[in-house]
Amino acid sequence: MTWGQFLLVAVLALPASGAVAAALVPGDRAGRLVGTAAAGLTLLATLPLVGGDHGWFGYGPRPAVQPWHRLDLPWVPGLDLRFHLGVDGISWPLVVLTALLTVLCCGYSLWRVPAGGSGRALVALLLVVEVGILGTFLALDLVLFFLFFEVVLLPMYAVIAGWGGPDRRRAARKFALYTLFGSVLLLVGVYVVVAAAGTADLMVLTGGAGLSRGTQLAAFTLLALAFAVKSPLWPLHSWLPDAHTQAPTVGSVILAGVLLKMGTYGLIRVAVGVAPEGARWAAPVLGTLAVAAILVGALVCLAQDELKRLIAYSSVGHMGFVLLGVATLTATGVQAALIGNIAHGVLTGLLFFLAGAIKDRAGTGSLAELSGLRESAPRLAGLLGFAAIGSLGLPGLAGFWGEAFAVVAAVQRGGGLWITLAVLAALGGALTAAYVLRLLRRVTHGRPSPAVGRLSPGLAGAELTAWTPLVLLALAVGLVPALVLSYAAGPVAALLGVVTR
Amino acid sequence: MSLVQSVDHVALLPAYLAGGTAVLVLLVDLLVARPAVTVAVAATGSAVTALGAALAGTGGTRRTFCVGADCSWLYGGRAALVAVVFALLTLGVLALSGPLLRSGRVPVGEYCFLLACALTGGVVLGAAGDLITLIVALETLTLPLYVLVGLRRGSLAGAEAAVTFFVVSVVATTLTLLGAALLYAVAGSLHLDRLGATLAARDDLLDLPLTTVAVALVVAGLAFKVAAVPFHAWAPATYDGAPLPVAAYLSTASKLGGVVALLAVVERALPASVTGPVLAALAVLTMTVGNLVALRQRRTVRLLAWSSVAQAGYILAPLGALALAGGRTADARAGAYAAAVAYVVFFVLLELAAFAGVVALRPADGDGGTLADLSGAARRHPWVGGAFALALIGLAGLPPGLAGLFAKVTVVRALLAGHAGWLALVVAVNAVLGLAYYLRLAATLYAAPGPATARPGRAVALALGVATALAVLLGFAPQVVLEVAGR
Repeated sequence: MTWGQFLLVAVLALPASGAVAAALVPGDRAGRLVGTAAAGLTLLATLPLVGGDHGWFGYGPRPAVQPWHRLDLPWVPGLDLRFHLGVDGISWPLVVLTALLTVLCCGYSLWRVPAGGSGRALVALLLVVEVGILGTFLALDLVLFFLFFEVVLLPMYAVIAGWGGPDRRRAARKFALYTLFGSVLLLVGVYVVVAAAGTADLMVLTGGAGLSRGTQLAAFTLLALAFAVKSPLWPLHSWLPDAHTQAPTVGSVILAGVLLKMGTYGLIRVAVGVAPEGARWAAPVLGTLAVAAILVGALVCLAQDELKRLIAYSSVGHMGFVLLGVATLTATGVQAALIGNIAHGVLTGLLFFLAGAIKDRAGTGSLAELSGLRESAPRLAGLLGFAAIGSLGLPGLAGFWGEAFAVVAAVQRGGGLWITLAVLAALGGALTAAYVLRLLRRVTHGRPSPAVGRLSPGLAGAELTAWTPLVLLALAVGLVPALVLSYAAGPVAALLGVVTR
Repeated sequence: MSLVQSVDHVALLPAYLAGGTAVLVLLVDLLVARPAVTVAVAATGSAVTALGAALAGTGGTRRTFCVGADCSWLYGGRAALVAVVFALLTLGVLALSGPLLRSGRVPVGEYCFLLACALTGGVVLGAAGDLITLIVALETLTLPLYVLVGLRRGSLAGAEAAVTFFVVSVVATTLTLLGAALLYAVAGSLHLDRLGATLAARDDLLDLPLTTVAVALVVAGLAFKVAAVPFHAWAPATYDGAPLPVAAYLSTASKLGGVVALLAVVERALPASVTGPVLAALAVLTMTVGNLVALRQRRTVRLLAWSSVAQAGYILAPLGALALAGGRTADARAGAYAAAVAYVVFFVLLELAAFAGVVALRPADGDGGTLADLSGAARRHPWVGGAFALALIGLAGLPPGLAGLFAKVTVVRALLAGHAGWLALVVAVNAVLGLAYYLRLAATLYAAPGPATARPGRAVALALGVATALAVLLGFAPQVVLEVAGR
């Protein structure tokens, strides 16, 4: 076993054993500490994954998926299932983001456990969710990908149902049923591909692997629907606002930060990769729906009166930009989607942390009862302003690149439809600015409301520790997008090389 | 032709062991008359039967009671698997019966004797090579259950359930027998393989309306035993009226029996072009109706009963692929049968664990009660509640219940390999419906604590623990089941 293979196993084994240890260790605080330590070690294990063979030195054409590290073991031959893991420039940034957000959430749980259950159970569930998300990003076997995709579902349900807000049971059930609907479609789609191709190896399958046009269209329809539920793409998004609003702060952060990315990542790696002909066929529909999501998300946000719900709906819009980027099937578009994924994870993660902090302090999330935050809690208001401005896509912050270049990619694609979509998406970007500024005007400016007036200005150390990495990352990705793009450029070019062939 | 048949007694060993267990239990109850000894004999007998069945199954298929090339007793890999599963289920149900037997409302000797008789039927069933052996074995399996359902003294619900079960089951057997007689009239044979060969060789027989009627009667009669919609109405009432361990036996062993019988005739005797569409329709109806009605249940056992109706639909689903020509190639057929067998093995394991959970959390001689009676049970008994929840999640087919997930995956894979994508989609959508009620029950376990629940008995907890451990193990190594099922 090479060092890289060892790391791949460690990235999954550390949080899994951490979850077991956190659940079994006697004492609530000890359990939370153990879990946080496991999450920290996982983050440390994800970083050196970047060291590896990045070039292509073999003979013949460059393969469509060329992992830096790879581990391939048989598991269930009767189901075409192999334990096949790998990491490359498309998945690595998401892997690191997942590990980072989980550490921050576990650390945050050391300081504050939402009402509803024991803290160590919450930490253990977060770690299980992490295993599922990391496994999804690392899987190079279609069936294994499906397996990890499913792992996330029930622990996340339990987090929402156990530690959520007053309407948590309904929201959690809606989340579980909606996303299970997506993943059973994924199951059928996966075996449509596997039955036709006779293999589940993503490295072989990427590029179509000689699948007939009919199979590709069927497979892409099923897979795209599955990922559209997870992403979520309008009109399949209605589980998201409820789940976000009711979930505890750490749940919302993981949900928005990385769980949604399983959908967009799956769309790029699995749906587009395995059924390129289907992707080309469905691109106009996907692009149109994505732009509809941008516009609908922005318009709903303009009318929202609840802080967490507004941020949740803003995710619908942001993921619309990501999906628009993927739908263009151009290098610019897919790269915009990847960096948009990361930016949304960082900024929305931060926004949900801040919204949770405000709701915890003021006891309400209603915009009507929040105003004048900068008078009573200037630092909190400043951070909220920073995250919100980043989310609206100000150049220099992370949100800019994904949204701007999704529009650029649509223009580059050319043709009446795509130009129209680009114009509408740009309009959606303007609407985004409008609702973000409305949010800031309502929450931070004006005279302090009774609920806000009572707040103390200070921030807890745990809060600062959890938020600082996200603030720095938002700046770093905004100023040096090459942080993500330099790794992704090669794999994306290779993928599109086979997809647009 | 010699008049003395040579009989392969090794092939018959499992049946001897099971039948011997029943006789021994009867004698011990009569002579020793101590409940603990009777139960111990029954348990040992079941364990020995499982061992003997596994040993006899090593090596190739053993045949005996042959007339020319046609044999009435074929003991191969799948027969061994079925016999082992039956014996283990009986052992598990005996463990679950502890609280019921101690409550004194059920005669111990009769209870154990009847269970061992049912076991004998189950062991014979897997090896049956002709229609008559098959039907007799199925009746030997079911007949003791009529009595077991109504065995609880002074229970009106039990008596009602027993009568319902008896009447429906007798009608079903009559249908199957009539179908078998008509098949004999058409093809002149009762041996499954000979029937299959005759019907496949002579296309003109398939055009006879009589053949279609005969096939339909056999399939319908066996569908009663599986509790497939529209032949399901007896199941929820019977399960709910029966003592809990008997309900567990009905929903695992009895259902397994129906599935094995159905598989035997579909795989070996009946023409797939006739059974395929019928089975596809049965599967779709069964899972959809079962799931939709289960959504509305408020009583625990009724919920499990309706869910097990739905699960029968998933078991039948791979056979539905036979409806289209693409699903009738040799490969696709073998895959479909193996998938059905694998699914039923995963299912009985998880179902037994779920019933063990109910038995563990309910008072000794109580019925299943309502969902509200289990409210917060997992907070009071974290291990038992956790195992129960895991079994439910497995039945829903989601991680961490990996065994159940792989079961669903096997079915979907077989369907897509058989070009029945539409049926795979129906299965998929039904899995979502299923999650809704399994999740409701599992969430109830973790809700705010309601009325105090009983302290789980040791034997019941042990059975639950073993079933859970086995389910977890098979969840990581499903290949074991898939390989045995494919043989």
